[in-house]
Amino acid sequence: MIRSELIQKLADENPHLYQRDVERIVNAIFEEIIEAMANGNRVELRGFGAFSVKKRDARVGRNPRTGESVEVEEKHVPFFKAGKLLRDRLNGQDA
Amino acid sequence: MAGKTLTRMDLSEAVFREVGLSRNESAQLVERVLEMMSDALVEGEQVKISSFGTFSVRSKSARVGRNPKTGEEVPISPRRVLTFRPSHLMKDRVAAGNKA
Repeated sequence: MIRSELIQKLADENPHLYQRDVERIVNAIFEEIIEAMANGNRVELRGFGAFSVKKRDARVGRNPRTGESVEVEEKHVPFFKAGKLLRDRLNGQDA
Repeated sequence: MAGKTLTRMDLSEAVFREVGLSRNESAQLVERVLEMMSDALVEGEQVKISSFGTFSVRSKSARVGRNPKTGEEVPISPRRVLTFRPSHLMKDRVAAGNKA
């Protein structure tokens, strides 16, 4: 399933909404999640999962081609953990 | 870093602000989006949201695990796990936004 299919499906279920608005709705949801993480916040969606930000410490890396050492700065990366309900559903324990 | 936790309510609020729908309908739409994504994943489908990221389901075969406390061997049944791969855009924005 891709973004446009999700939008189409939601539009089909909601014939009273303009397709353009459904698009804005779906985009607003994903945008809000990214924005939250960019601000260092966490997004917890019970049953589905949680998006959070993890810190990666600075380290000395190596250029695999030349073997040269390079300083890698500390950075923050997005992380997602599936919720219990979804994990259970993936394994056939429908709730 | 702020360290707040957002929930469905905040996503509904974002939808409410974006389009002139009631708060109730906004909340229902957020719920449906999460349900449709979950259902696709349960069906074994990949969910690919451009400029956000990709959720995929991986199958893991059975293996023998060990209780780290007692050292006892326990069978771990085959299972399906969900992985999320963030898009470059998400990684870049999260890295830039949290820069010290």
